Amino acid sequence: MQGPSDFELSRRKLLLGTAASVAFSAASAEARAQTPVVPAQAAVPGIATMKVSFNVNGAPREIALDMRTTLLDALREHLHLTGTKKGCDHGQCGACTVIAGGRRINSCMTLAVMHEGDSITTIEGLGTPENMHPMQAAFVKHDGFQCGYCTPGQICSAVAVLDEIKAGIPSHVTADLDAAPQLTNAELRERMSGNICRCGAYSNIAEAITEVAGRPT
Amino acid sequence: MKSFTYERANSPADAAAAAARHADAKFIAGGTNLLDLMKLEIETPAHLIDVNGLALDKIESMPDGGLKIGALVRNTDLAADKRVRRDYGVLSRALLAGASGQLRNMATTAGNLLQRTRCPYFYDTNQPCNKRRPGSGCAAIGGFNRQHAVVGASEACIATHPSDMAVAMRTLDAVVETVRPDGATRTIPIAEFHHLPGNTPHVETALSQGELITAVTLPKPIGGTHIYRKVRDRASYAFALVSVAAIVQRDGTGRVALGGVAHKPWRIESADAQLPRGAKAVAAQLFAGAKPTRQNAFKLSLAERTLGAVLTEAKG
Repeated sequence: MQGPSDFELSRRKLLLGTAASVAFSAASAEARAQTPVVPAQAAVPGIATMKVSFNVNGAPREIALDMRTTLLDALREHLHLTGTKKGCDHGQCGACTVIAGGRRINSCMTLAVMHEGDSITTIEGLGTPENMHPMQAAFVKHDGFQCGYCTPGQICSAVAVLDEIKAGIPSHVTADLDAAPQLTNAELRERMSGNICRCGAYSNIAEAITEVAGRPT
Repeated sequence: MKSFTYERANSPADAAAAAARHADAKFIAGGTNLLDLMKLEIETPAHLIDVNGLALDKIESMPDGGLKIGALVRNTDLAADKRVRRDYGVLSRALLAGASGQLRNMATTAGNLLQRTRCPYFYDTNQPCNKRRPGSGCAAIGGFNRQHAVVGASEACIATHPSDMAVAMRTLDAVVETVRPDGATRTIPIAEFHHLPGNTPHVETALSQGELITAVTLPKPIGGTHIYRKVRDRASYAFALVSVAAIVQRDGTGRVALGGVAHKPWRIESADAQLPRGAKAVAAQLFAGAKPTRQNAFKLSLAERTLGAVLTEAKG
Protein backbone atom coordinates (compact mmCIF):
# COMPACT_ATOMS: atom_id res chain seq x y z
CA MET A 1 0.00 0.00 0.00
CA GLN A 2 1.04 3.58 -0.58
CA GLY A 3 1.21 4.71 3.05
CA PRO A 4 0.99 8.43 3.84
CA SER A 5 2.17 9.59 0.45
CA ASP A 6 3.67 12.82 -0.84
CA PHE A 7 0.44 13.33 -2.71
CA GLU A 8 -1.50 13.27 0.52
CA LEU A 9 0.81 15.82 2.16
CA SER A 10 0.86 18.19 -0.75
CA ARG A 11 -2.91 17.93 -1.07
CA ARG A 12 -3.27 18.84 2.58
CA LYS A 13 -1.01 21.87 2.18
CA LEU A 14 -3.01 22.92 -0.84
CA LEU A 15 -6.27 22.69 1.11
CA LEU A 16 -4.82 24.69 3.98
CA GLY A 17 -3.63 27.29 1.57
CA THR A 18 -7.07 27.55 0.03
CA ALA A 19 -8.77 27.77 3.40
CA ALA A 20 -6.33 30.45 4.49
CA SER A 21 -6.90 32.62 1.46
CA VAL A 22 -10.69 32.41 1.93
CA ALA A 23 -10.32 33.27 5.61
CA PHE A 24 -8.03 36.19 4.82
CA SER A 25 -10.34 37.73 2.32
CA ALA A 26 -13.26 37.47 4.75
CA ALA A 27 -11.61 38.43 8.03
CA SER A 28 -10.70 41.84 9.35
CA ALA A 29 -7.06 42.93 9.60
CA GLU A 30 -7.21 42.55 13.35
CA ALA A 31 -8.57 39.02 13.17
CA ARG A 32 -5.99 38.23 10.52
CA ALA A 33 -3.19 39.12 12.92
CA GLN A 34 -4.68 36.99 15.70
CA THR A 35 -5.97 33.94 13.89
CA PRO A 36 -3.32 31.41 13.03
CA VAL A 37 -3.95 28.97 10.22
CA VAL A 38 -4.85 25.74 11.96
CA PRO A 39 -5.09 22.22 10.67
CA ALA A 40 -8.66 20.98 10.22
CA GLN A 41 -8.51 18.68 13.22
CA ALA A 42 -7.54 21.36 15.74
CA ALA A 43 -10.11 23.45 17.56
CA VAL A 44 -11.32 26.53 15.71
CA PRO A 45 -12.17 29.48 17.98
CA GLY A 46 -15.92 29.92 18.34
CA ILE A 47 -16.73 26.44 17.03
CA ALA A 48 -17.76 23.95 19.68
CA THR A 49 -16.12 20.57 19.40
CA MET A 50 -16.78 17.23 20.98
CA LYS A 51 -14.58 14.20 21.51
CA VAL A 52 -15.63 10.97 19.89
CA SER A 53 -13.94 7.58 20.26
CA PHE A 54 -14.51 4.71 17.90
CA ASN A 55 -12.65 1.82 16.41
CA VAL A 56 -11.66 2.19 12.79
CA ASN A 57 -10.29 -0.81 10.91
CA GLY A 58 -9.31 -2.47 14.19
CA ALA A 59 -7.57 0.53 15.76
CA PRO A 60 -9.05 2.72 18.50
CA ARG A 61 -9.25 6.38 17.43
CA GLU A 62 -10.21 9.44 19.42
CA ILE A 63 -10.77 12.80 17.78
CA ALA A 64 -12.27 16.14 18.75
CA LEU A 65 -14.69 17.28 16.09
CA ASP A 66 -17.00 20.10 15.18
CA MET A 67 -20.35 18.41 15.85
CA ARG A 68 -21.39 18.99 12.24
CA THR A 69 -18.70 16.64 10.96
CA THR A 70 -20.15 13.66 9.16
CA LEU A 71 -18.62 10.23 9.65
CA LEU A 72 -17.42 10.53 6.05
CA ASP A 73 -15.56 13.79 6.67
CA ALA A 74 -14.13 12.46 9.94
CA LEU A 75 -12.69 9.46 8.09
CA ARG A 76 -11.35 11.42 5.14
CA GLU A 77 -10.30 14.77 6.54
CA HIS A 78 -9.36 13.90 10.10
CA LEU A 79 -8.18 10.28 9.95
CA HIS A 80 -6.88 10.65 6.38
CA LEU A 81 -8.60 7.46 5.26
CA THR A 82 -9.34 8.80 1.80
CA GLY A 83 -10.35 5.45 0.32
CA THR A 84 -13.95 6.22 1.23
CA LYS A 85 -15.24 8.66 -1.36
CA LYS A 86 -17.59 11.63 -1.28
CA GLY A 87 -19.93 11.53 -4.24
CA CYS A 88 -23.27 13.29 -3.79
CA ASP A 89 -22.94 13.87 -0.01
CA HIS A 90 -26.72 13.32 0.22
CA GLY A 91 -27.15 9.55 0.53
CA GLN A 92 -28.05 9.04 -3.10
CA CYS A 93 -24.93 7.54 -4.69
CA GLY A 94 -23.36 5.10 -2.21
CA ALA A 95 -19.72 6.14 -2.87
CA CYS A 96 -19.31 6.80 0.87
CA THR A 97 -20.49 3.34 1.97
CA VAL A 98 -18.67 1.96 5.00
CA ILE A 99 -19.50 -0.88 7.39
CA ALA A 100 -20.44 0.31 10.90
CA GLY A 101 -21.29 -2.24 13.57
CA GLY A 102 -21.33 -4.90 10.86
CA ARG A 103 -23.84 -3.06 8.64
CA ARG A 104 -23.29 -1.01 5.53
CA ILE A 105 -24.31 2.62 5.84
CA ASN A 106 -23.90 5.89 3.95
CA SER A 107 -21.17 7.62 5.98
CA CYS A 108 -22.24 11.00 4.56
CA MET A 109 -25.70 10.76 6.16
CA THR A 110 -24.59 10.29 9.75
CA LEU A 111 -22.68 12.47 12.20
CA ALA A 112 -19.37 11.18 13.54
CA VAL A 113 -20.46 11.99 17.11
CA MET A 114 -23.35 9.54 16.69
CA HIS A 115 -20.80 6.71 16.46
CA GLU A 116 -19.26 6.83 19.95
CA GLY A 117 -17.97 3.31 20.71
CA ASP A 118 -18.83 2.00 17.24
CA SER A 119 -16.63 -0.26 15.08
CA ILE A 120 -16.14 1.00 11.56
CA THR A 121 -14.62 -0.80 8.62
CA THR A 122 -13.59 1.17 5.54
CA ILE A 123 -12.11 -0.07 2.27
CA GLU A 124 -8.65 0.29 3.86
CA GLY A 125 -9.72 -2.16 6.55
CA LEU A 126 -10.94 -4.81 4.13
CA GLY A 127 -7.61 -5.39 2.44
CA THR A 128 -4.41 -3.90 1.05
CA PRO A 129 -2.94 -4.02 -2.47
CA GLU A 130 -0.62 -6.80 -1.26
CA ASN A 131 -3.30 -8.69 0.61
CA MET A 132 -6.62 -7.99 -1.02
CA HIS A 133 -10.00 -8.98 0.33
CA PRO A 134 -11.57 -11.59 -1.98
CA MET A 135 -14.12 -8.99 -3.08
CA GLN A 136 -11.37 -6.55 -4.02
CA ALA A 137 -9.56 -9.28 -5.98
CA ALA A 138 -12.79 -10.21 -7.77
CA PHE A 139 -13.44 -6.58 -8.76
CA VAL A 140 -9.94 -6.45 -10.28
CA LYS A 141 -10.38 -9.79 -12.04
CA HIS A 142 -13.79 -8.94 -13.49
CA ASP A 143 -12.95 -5.31 -14.27
CA GLY A 144 -15.74 -4.14 -11.97
CA PHE A 145 -14.97 -0.47 -12.53
CA GLN A 146 -13.72 2.09 -15.00
CA CYS A 147 -12.82 5.35 -13.26
CA GLY A 148 -12.81 3.66 -9.83
CA TYR A 149 -14.43 6.47 -7.87
CA CYS A 150 -17.47 4.47 -6.75
CA THR A 151 -15.43 1.29 -6.24
CA PRO A 152 -14.61 1.49 -2.50
CA GLY A 153 -18.31 2.03 -1.78
CA GLN A 154 -19.30 -0.74 -4.19
CA ILE A 155 -16.91 -3.19 -2.51
CA CYS A 156 -17.93 -2.32 1.07
CA SER A 157 -21.56 -2.63 0.01
CA ALA A 158 -20.98 -5.93 -1.80
CA VAL A 159 -19.24 -7.49 1.22
CA ALA A 160 -22.19 -6.48 3.41
CA VAL A 161 -24.76 -7.67 0.84
CA LEU A 162 -23.42 -11.23 1.00
CA ASP A 163 -23.69 -11.12 4.81
CA GLU A 164 -27.27 -9.81 4.53
CA ILE A 165 -28.27 -12.69 2.23
CA LYS A 166 -26.58 -15.16 4.60
CA ALA A 167 -28.53 -13.63 7.50
CA GLY A 168 -31.77 -14.24 5.56
CA ILE A 169 -32.70 -10.58 5.13
CA PRO A 170 -35.19 -10.37 2.25
CA SER A 171 -35.15 -7.80 -0.55
CA HIS A 172 -37.69 -6.14 -2.83
CA VAL A 173 -37.26 -8.94 -5.40
CA THR A 174 -37.36 -11.88 -2.97
CA ALA A 175 -40.35 -13.89 -4.23
CA ASP A 176 -41.19 -15.69 -0.98
CA LEU A 177 -40.80 -13.67 2.23
CA ASP A 178 -40.80 -16.85 4.31
CA ALA A 179 -38.03 -18.59 2.36
CA ALA A 180 -34.28 -17.93 2.52
CA PRO A 181 -33.28 -15.39 -0.14
CA GLN A 182 -31.30 -16.81 -3.06
CA LEU A 183 -28.08 -15.50 -4.60
CA THR A 184 -29.56 -14.65 -7.97
CA ASN A 185 -28.39 -11.89 -10.29
CA ALA A 186 -31.71 -10.08 -9.74
CA GLU A 187 -31.16 -10.20 -5.96
CA LEU A 188 -27.63 -8.81 -6.24
CA ARG A 189 -28.71 -6.02 -8.56
CA GLU A 190 -31.61 -4.98 -6.35
CA ARG A 191 -29.46 -5.06 -3.21
CA MET A 192 -26.69 -3.04 -4.89
CA SER A 193 -29.07 -0.36 -6.21
CA GLY A 194 -27.86 2.12 -3.59
CA ASN A 195 -24.42 2.18 -5.26
CA ILE A 196 -24.43 4.16 -8.46
CA CYS A 197 -21.68 3.64 -11.07
CA ARG A 198 -21.75 6.37 -13.70
CA CYS A 199 -19.26 4.46 -15.83
CA GLY A 200 -21.86 1.68 -15.95
CA ALA A 201 -19.68 -1.22 -14.85
CA TYR A 202 -22.71 -2.92 -13.33
CA SER A 203 -22.56 -6.24 -15.17
CA ASN A 204 -18.90 -6.73 -14.25
CA ILE A 205 -19.64 -5.73 -10.65
CA ALA A 206 -22.41 -8.33 -10.53
CA GLU A 207 -20.01 -10.96 -11.90
CA ALA A 208 -17.40 -10.11 -9.28
CA ILE A 209 -19.90 -10.39 -6.43
CA THR A 210 -21.31 -13.60 -7.87
CA GLU A 211 -17.86 -15.16 -7.93
CA VAL A 212 -17.17 -14.27 -4.31
CA ALA A 213 -20.58 -15.60 -3.35
CA GLY A 214 -19.38 -18.96 -4.66
CA ARG A 215 -21.59 -19.34 -7.67
CA PRO A 216 -20.11 -20.00 -11.12
CA THR A 217 -20.40 -16.88 -13.31
CA MET B 1 -24.78 23.27 7.80
CA LYS B 2 -25.68 25.69 10.62
CA SER B 3 -23.96 24.96 13.92
CA PHE B 4 -25.92 23.32 16.71
CA THR B 5 -25.45 21.99 20.21
CA TYR B 6 -25.71 18.25 20.74
CA GLU B 7 -26.68 15.91 23.53
CA ARG B 8 -27.33 12.23 23.96
CA ALA B 9 -30.58 11.45 25.75
CA ASN B 10 -30.83 8.67 28.33
CA SER B 11 -34.56 8.00 28.47
CA PRO B 12 -37.57 8.86 26.31
CA ALA B 13 -38.95 11.21 28.98
CA ASP B 14 -35.54 12.94 29.29
CA ALA B 15 -35.38 13.35 25.53
CA ALA B 16 -38.85 14.93 25.40
CA ALA B 17 -38.02 17.20 28.35
CA ALA B 18 -34.78 18.28 26.66
CA ALA B 19 -36.73 19.14 23.53
CA ALA B 20 -39.04 21.35 25.57
CA ARG B 21 -36.03 23.20 27.07
CA HIS B 22 -34.71 24.16 23.63
CA ALA B 23 -37.14 26.05 21.43
CA ASP B 24 -35.43 24.92 18.24
CA ALA B 25 -34.49 21.34 19.04
CA LYS B 26 -34.80 18.24 16.88
CA PHE B 27 -34.47 14.57 17.73
CA ILE B 28 -31.99 12.68 15.61
CA ALA B 29 -32.09 8.91 15.13
CA GLY B 30 -31.09 7.51 11.71
CA GLY B 31 -30.48 11.02 10.42
CA THR B 32 -30.96 9.96 6.80
CA ASN B 33 -33.53 12.69 6.09
CA LEU B 34 -32.73 15.28 8.77
CA LEU B 35 -29.01 15.56 7.93
CA ASP B 36 -29.81 15.79 4.24
CA LEU B 37 -32.07 18.76 5.01
CA MET B 38 -29.60 20.29 7.47
CA LYS B 39 -26.86 20.29 4.83
CA LEU B 40 -29.19 22.28 2.58
CA GLU B 41 -30.19 24.51 5.52
CA ILE B 42 -33.84 23.63 5.02
CA GLU B 43 -33.76 22.28 8.57
CA THR B 44 -31.71 24.47 10.95
CA PRO B 45 -32.12 23.07 14.46
CA ALA B 46 -30.14 24.90 17.15
CA HIS B 47 -29.99 21.76 19.27
CA LEU B 48 -29.86 18.06 18.38
CA ILE B 49 -31.01 15.39 20.80
CA ASP B 50 -29.50 12.05 19.82
CA VAL B 51 -32.08 9.40 20.75
CA ASN B 52 -30.14 6.40 19.47
CA GLY B 53 -29.27 5.27 23.01
CA LEU B 54 -32.88 5.02 24.20
CA ALA B 55 -33.18 1.22 23.84
CA LEU B 56 -36.36 1.57 21.78
CA ASP B 57 -35.06 -0.94 19.25
CA LYS B 58 -37.08 -4.04 20.13
CA ILE B 59 -40.06 -5.66 18.41
CA GLU B 60 -42.31 -7.25 21.04
CA SER B 61 -45.26 -9.61 20.68
CA MET B 62 -48.26 -8.23 22.58
CA PRO B 63 -50.71 -10.22 24.72
CA ASP B 64 -53.54 -9.28 22.32
CA GLY B 65 -51.68 -10.91 19.43
CA GLY B 66 -50.38 -7.64 18.03
CA LEU B 67 -46.84 -6.33 17.70
CA LYS B 68 -45.13 -3.38 19.37
CA ILE B 69 -42.38 -1.90 17.21
CA GLY B 70 -39.86 0.29 19.05
CA ALA B 71 -39.37 3.73 17.52
CA LEU B 72 -35.69 2.99 16.84
CA VAL B 73 -36.16 -0.35 15.07
CA ARG B 74 -34.26 0.07 11.81
CA ASN B 75 -36.17 -0.41 8.56
CA THR B 76 -33.99 -3.44 7.67
CA ASP B 77 -34.76 -5.17 10.98
CA LEU B 78 -38.47 -4.47 10.78
CA ALA B 79 -38.70 -5.79 7.21
CA ALA B 80 -36.70 -8.91 8.14
CA ASP B 81 -38.53 -9.75 11.38
CA LYS B 82 -40.08 -13.23 11.07
CA ARG B 83 -43.39 -12.15 12.62
CA VAL B 84 -43.67 -9.16 10.29
CA ARG B 85 -42.85 -11.29 7.24
CA ARG B 86 -45.41 -13.91 8.24
CA ASP B 87 -48.30 -11.81 9.59
CA TYR B 88 -47.81 -8.30 8.18
CA GLY B 89 -46.28 -9.02 4.78
CA VAL B 90 -47.53 -5.73 3.33
CA LEU B 91 -45.26 -3.93 5.81
CA SER B 92 -42.14 -5.95 4.92
CA ARG B 93 -42.86 -5.42 1.23
CA ALA B 94 -43.36 -1.68 1.63
CA LEU B 95 -40.14 -1.25 3.62
CA LEU B 96 -38.13 -3.25 1.10
CA ALA B 97 -39.52 -1.14 -1.74
CA GLY B 98 -38.12 2.01 -0.13
CA ALA B 99 -34.66 3.62 -0.22
CA SER B 100 -31.46 1.52 -0.47
CA GLY B 101 -29.92 -1.18 1.68
CA GLN B 102 -27.56 1.35 3.27
CA LEU B 103 -30.37 3.77 4.13
CA ARG B 104 -32.67 1.03 5.46
CA ASN B 105 -29.87 -0.02 7.82
CA MET B 106 -29.92 3.47 9.36
CA ALA B 107 -33.50 4.70 8.97
CA THR B 108 -35.82 4.11 11.91
CA THR B 109 -39.53 3.35 12.27
CA ALA B 110 -40.33 6.73 13.85
CA GLY B 111 -38.07 8.64 11.48
CA ASN B 112 -39.72 7.04 8.48
CA LEU B 113 -43.11 8.35 9.65
CA LEU B 114 -41.60 11.82 10.04
CA GLN B 115 -39.96 12.05 6.62
CA ARG B 116 -40.39 15.37 4.86
CA THR B 117 -41.65 15.62 1.31
CA ARG B 118 -39.22 15.30 -1.61
CA CYS B 119 -40.98 18.13 -3.50
CA PRO B 120 -38.14 19.79 -5.45
CA TYR B 121 -39.47 23.24 -4.58
CA PHE B 122 -39.35 22.38 -0.87
CA TYR B 123 -35.71 21.41 -1.44
CA ASP B 124 -34.81 24.57 -3.38
CA THR B 125 -34.35 27.40 -0.89
CA ASN B 126 -34.51 29.96 -3.73
CA GLN B 127 -38.13 29.02 -4.38
CA PRO B 128 -41.23 29.98 -2.44
CA CYS B 129 -42.66 27.11 -0.38
CA ASN B 130 -45.44 27.33 2.20
CA LYS B 131 -44.06 24.27 3.93
CA ARG B 132 -40.55 25.66 4.29
CA ARG B 133 -41.47 29.34 4.68
CA PRO B 134 -45.16 29.67 5.60
CA GLY B 135 -46.93 32.34 3.59
CA SER B 136 -44.29 32.52 0.83
CA GLY B 137 -46.41 30.69 -1.74
CA CYS B 138 -46.17 27.40 -3.61
CA ALA B 139 -43.88 27.12 -6.62
CA ALA B 140 -45.06 23.59 -7.39
CA ILE B 141 -48.54 24.81 -8.32
CA GLY B 142 -47.96 25.95 -11.88
CA GLY B 143 -44.43 24.49 -11.83
CA PHE B 144 -43.12 21.04 -12.64
CA ASN B 145 -45.59 18.94 -10.68
CA ARG B 146 -45.62 15.53 -12.33
CA GLN B 147 -44.65 13.92 -8.98
CA HIS B 148 -47.15 15.81 -6.86
CA ALA B 149 -50.43 15.11 -5.09
CA VAL B 150 -53.64 14.50 -7.02
CA VAL B 151 -56.00 14.32 -4.08
CA GLY B 152 -56.36 15.98 -0.67
CA ALA B 153 -54.07 18.88 -1.66
CA SER B 154 -54.78 22.58 -1.16
CA GLU B 155 -54.16 25.99 -2.70
CA ALA B 156 -51.18 26.23 -0.34
CA CYS B 157 -49.41 22.92 -1.03
CA ILE B 158 -49.52 19.95 -3.40
CA ALA B 159 -46.65 17.97 -1.89
CA THR B 160 -46.83 14.21 -1.32
CA HIS B 161 -45.70 12.16 1.65
CA PRO B 162 -42.72 10.06 0.53
CA SER B 163 -43.01 7.06 2.88
CA ASP B 164 -43.79 3.54 1.71
CA MET B 165 -43.80 2.13 5.25
CA ALA B 166 -46.53 4.51 6.39
CA VAL B 167 -48.82 3.44 3.54
CA ALA B 168 -48.60 -0.19 4.66
CA MET B 169 -49.09 0.83 8.30
CA ARG B 170 -52.24 2.71 7.28
CA THR B 171 -53.79 -0.52 5.94
CA LEU B 172 -52.76 -2.26 9.16
CA ASP B 173 -54.45 0.38 11.37
CA ALA B 174 -51.19 1.01 13.22
CA VAL B 175 -51.14 3.20 16.32
CA VAL B 176 -48.34 5.65 17.17
CA GLU B 177 -47.27 5.83 20.84
CA THR B 178 -45.62 8.99 22.16
CA VAL B 179 -44.29 10.66 25.28
CA ARG B 180 -44.55 14.40 25.91
CA PRO B 181 -42.13 16.68 27.75
CA ASP B 182 -44.24 16.47 30.95
CA GLY B 183 -43.90 12.68 30.85
CA ALA B 184 -47.50 12.06 29.73
CA THR B 185 -47.96 9.36 27.12
CA ARG B 186 -50.63 9.07 24.46
CA THR B 187 -51.58 7.02 21.42
CA ILE B 188 -52.42 8.41 17.98
CA PRO B 189 -54.13 6.24 15.32
CA ILE B 190 -52.10 6.46 12.13
CA ALA B 191 -55.17 7.77 10.29
CA GLU B 192 -54.89 10.92 12.43
CA PHE B 193 -51.10 11.10 12.61
CA HIS B 194 -50.39 12.80 9.27
CA HIS B 195 -52.24 15.98 8.39
CA LEU B 196 -53.55 17.22 5.06
CA PRO B 197 -51.87 20.48 4.00
CA GLY B 198 -54.87 22.86 4.21
CA ASN B 199 -53.64 26.36 5.02
CA THR B 200 -50.84 25.08 7.26
CA PRO B 201 -48.71 22.68 5.16
CA HIS B 202 -45.80 23.20 7.57
CA VAL B 203 -47.81 21.40 10.27
CA GLU B 204 -47.37 17.85 9.04
CA THR B 205 -48.25 15.63 11.98
CA ALA B 206 -50.30 15.51 15.17
CA LEU B 207 -47.14 15.71 17.30
CA SER B 208 -46.77 18.69 19.60
CA GLN B 209 -43.49 20.49 20.41
CA GLY B 210 -41.09 18.12 22.10
CA GLU B 211 -43.34 15.07 21.73
CA LEU B 212 -41.32 11.92 21.01
CA ILE B 213 -42.53 8.77 19.25
CA THR B 214 -41.66 5.75 21.40
CA ALA B 215 -43.32 2.92 19.45
CA VAL B 216 -45.75 1.93 16.75
CA THR B 217 -48.17 -0.86 17.56
CA LEU B 218 -49.92 -3.15 15.09
CA PRO B 219 -53.23 -4.79 16.00
CA LYS B 220 -53.40 -8.58 15.85
CA PRO B 221 -52.96 -10.00 12.33
CA ILE B 222 -56.04 -10.08 10.09
CA GLY B 223 -54.76 -12.68 7.62
CA GLY B 224 -55.42 -12.25 3.91
CA THR B 225 -53.06 -11.77 1.01
CA HIS B 226 -50.63 -8.90 1.58
CA ILE B 227 -49.38 -6.96 -1.44
CA TYR B 228 -47.40 -3.76 -1.87
CA ARG B 229 -47.01 -2.67 -5.48
CA LYS B 230 -44.88 0.41 -6.16
CA VAL B 231 -44.62 2.13 -9.54
CA ARG B 232 -41.64 4.43 -10.01
CA ASP B 233 -39.38 5.92 -12.66
CA ARG B 234 -36.67 3.30 -12.13
CA ALA B 235 -36.90 -0.28 -10.91
CA SER B 236 -35.21 0.34 -7.57
CA TYR B 237 -34.19 3.14 -5.22
CA ALA B 238 -36.73 5.77 -6.26
CA PHE B 239 -39.79 7.36 -4.70
CA ALA B 240 -43.24 6.20 -5.79
CA LEU B 241 -45.24 7.75 -8.58
CA VAL B 242 -48.05 5.70 -7.13
CA SER B 243 -48.04 2.74 -4.79
CA VAL B 244 -50.77 0.40 -3.63
CA ALA B 245 -50.82 -1.36 -0.27
CA ALA B 246 -53.54 -3.99 -0.08
CA ILE B 247 -54.72 -6.74 2.21
CA VAL B 248 -57.27 -8.89 0.38
CA GLN B 249 -59.28 -11.69 1.96
CA ARG B 250 -60.49 -14.83 0.15
CA ASP B 251 -64.00 -13.43 -0.24
CA GLY B 252 -62.63 -10.38 -2.04
CA THR B 253 -63.10 -7.95 0.85
CA GLY B 254 -60.12 -6.12 2.29
CA ARG B 255 -58.27 -2.88 2.81
CA VAL B 256 -56.35 -0.63 0.45
CA ALA B 257 -54.21 2.50 0.75
CA LEU B 258 -52.26 4.51 -1.82
CA GLY B 259 -48.87 6.18 -1.64
CA GLY B 260 -47.50 8.92 -3.89
CA VAL B 261 -50.88 10.59 -4.45
CA ALA B 262 -51.45 12.74 -1.36
CA HIS B 263 -49.93 14.58 1.59
CA LYS B 264 -50.49 11.45 3.69
CA PRO B 265 -51.03 7.73 3.13
CA TRP B 266 -54.34 7.74 1.25
CA ARG B 267 -56.98 5.39 2.57
CA ILE B 268 -60.72 5.98 2.33
CA GLU B 269 -62.77 3.40 4.21
CA SER B 270 -65.63 3.67 1.68
CA ALA B 271 -63.13 2.58 -0.99
CA ASP B 272 -62.30 -0.56 1.00
CA ALA B 273 -65.98 -1.49 0.79
CA GLN B 274 -65.77 -1.42 -3.03
CA LEU B 275 -62.92 -3.96 -3.23
CA PRO B 276 -65.17 -6.89 -4.25
CA ARG B 277 -66.41 -4.74 -7.16
CA GLY B 278 -62.95 -4.21 -8.63
CA ALA B 279 -60.37 -1.53 -9.25
CA LYS B 280 -62.58 0.96 -11.05
CA ALA B 281 -65.09 1.12 -8.22
CA VAL B 282 -62.32 1.42 -5.62
CA ALA B 283 -60.49 4.15 -7.54
CA ALA B 284 -63.73 6.12 -7.95
CA GLN B 285 -64.01 6.32 -4.15
CA LEU B 286 -60.30 6.98 -3.54
CA PHE B 287 -60.22 9.79 -6.07
CA ALA B 288 -63.56 11.45 -5.34
CA GLY B 289 -62.76 15.17 -5.39
CA ALA B 290 -59.32 14.63 -6.90
CA LYS B 291 -57.75 17.71 -8.48
CA PRO B 292 -54.82 16.55 -10.57
CA THR B 293 -52.66 18.96 -12.55
CA ARG B 294 -52.14 18.60 -16.29
CA GLN B 295 -48.78 16.93 -15.61
CA ASN B 296 -49.86 14.42 -12.97
CA ALA B 297 -53.35 13.43 -14.14
CA PHE B 298 -51.74 10.19 -15.32
CA LYS B 299 -51.56 9.13 -11.67
CA LEU B 300 -55.34 8.55 -11.60
CA SER B 301 -55.28 5.94 -14.35
CA LEU B 302 -51.89 4.57 -13.23
CA ALA B 303 -53.25 4.02 -9.70
CA GLU B 304 -56.42 2.35 -11.02
CA ARG B 305 -54.43 0.01 -13.24
CA THR B 306 -51.94 -0.79 -10.48
CA LEU B 307 -54.88 -1.53 -8.21
CA GLY B 308 -56.28 -3.81 -10.92
CA ALA B 309 -52.98 -5.67 -11.12
CA VAL B 310 -52.88 -6.02 -7.33
CA LEU B 311 -56.43 -7.43 -7.19
CA THR B 312 -55.62 -9.90 -9.97
CA GLU B 313 -52.48 -10.98 -8.10
CA ALA B 314 -54.51 -11.37 -4.90
CA LYS B 315 -56.86 -13.81 -6.60
CA GLY B 316 -53.75 -15.93 -7.26
